Amino acid sequence: MTWIEGRFEENVITTTMEDAMNWGQQSSIWPMTFGLACCAIEMMATGASKYDIDRFGAGAFRATPRQADLMIVAGTVTCKMASRVRRLYEQMPDPKYVIAMGACTVGGGPYFKYGYHVVKGVDLVVPVDVYVPGCPPRPEALLEGLMRIQDKIKQRKVTRGESQLPVPHHSGYSALNV
Amino acid sequence: MDINEIHAILLEEFGEAAVGAAPHDCIDPWIQVAAESIVDVATFVRDDERMRFDHLNDLCGCDYFEPDEKKAKKFDHEPHVEVVYHLSSMSLIHRMKLKVSVPRWKDNAEGSLPEVPSVSSVWAIADWHERECYDLVGIHFTGHPNLRRILCPEDWEGHALRKDYEMPLDYHGIRNR
Ligand code: SF4
Repeated sequence: MTWIEGRFEENVITTTMEDAMNWGQQSSIWPMTFGLACCAIEMMATGASKYDIDRFGAGAFRATPRQADLMIVAGTVTCKMASRVRRLYEQMPDPKYVIAMGACTVGGGPYFKYGYHVVKGVDLVVPVDVYVPGCPPRPEALLEGLMRIQDKIKQRKVTRGESQLPVPHHSGYSALNV
Repeated sequence: MDINEIHAILLEEFGEAAVGAAPHDCIDPWIQVAAESIVDVATFVRDDERMRFDHLNDLCGCDYFEPDEKKAKKFDHEPHVEVVYHLSSMSLIHRMKLKVSVPRWKDNAEGSLPEVPSVSSVWAIADWHERECYDLVGIHFTGHPNLRRILCPEDWEGHALRKDYEMPLDYHGIRNR
């Protein structure tokens, strides 16, 4: 049961421009093909048929940052890679979102103490929207993270006014504006 | 071919100063080679009919050092760094190890890297192995065609697998701790 089911009458749809745009955008988040370490394997599993990230419209992994909306930083970010990650982020068109996937990108993970060349959290390099902890996170966790990104997009204000951050809710839906 | 036979041949060819008195006896016996003669010895064992070590499986660097003063008392090695050459022969199906040991710093001046002649002219694969060894253990391979860092960024400071290596606190403005 996705959030959209049962919300429409047949044939005639009345909605706001903003909702329509946000709905379109949240249902076609294109992530960037880009994996840095072991977490990428789990990201691939998420993309494959068993977990099928395409159910959420996020299955079109783009090979270029210029066509991507979402950057899933899956894996250990080394100091050498950090500047490249930053550049890729800057090449993505707005609006763009970042998921930090795995303990390494959340805060250094297993390399926190002795990893001399590991960035202690990718949020030191690019702004992160959703953190998905785990080493590696299960595909379900990544899908959960993706749904939180969708929540965030859903709350976006296209018209005047401030976007509100979604409030997580145990039902999985954000509490605002639903 | 047995390591003792190989050692006897090398001893005959190069003398005790170059190849050490005897092979070290352990599970994986090795022959100690003086740094100056490693290229000659390597070329010889590759080309000699009886040995034909045509394949360098691996080349590693190793730092023997204990930075902790308390533990250093129990540490029963002279501080030094070693280069280990793992060789095998594809045609004659046998293996051996060569080791070269050098002081941790050249002329005991901290920061100046010890030198070992490069064997990349003997086995081409040694090119990258030596770059890695230079990058992480800090051994300068003289005569190497392209001795640059291979894993760490070019402007990295220090050699990470040295036992007294200090983690950088930040790298280009990115906090590292
Ligand atoms: S969090 Fe764990 S699984 Fe993910 S990249 Fe780091 S070490 Fe690998």
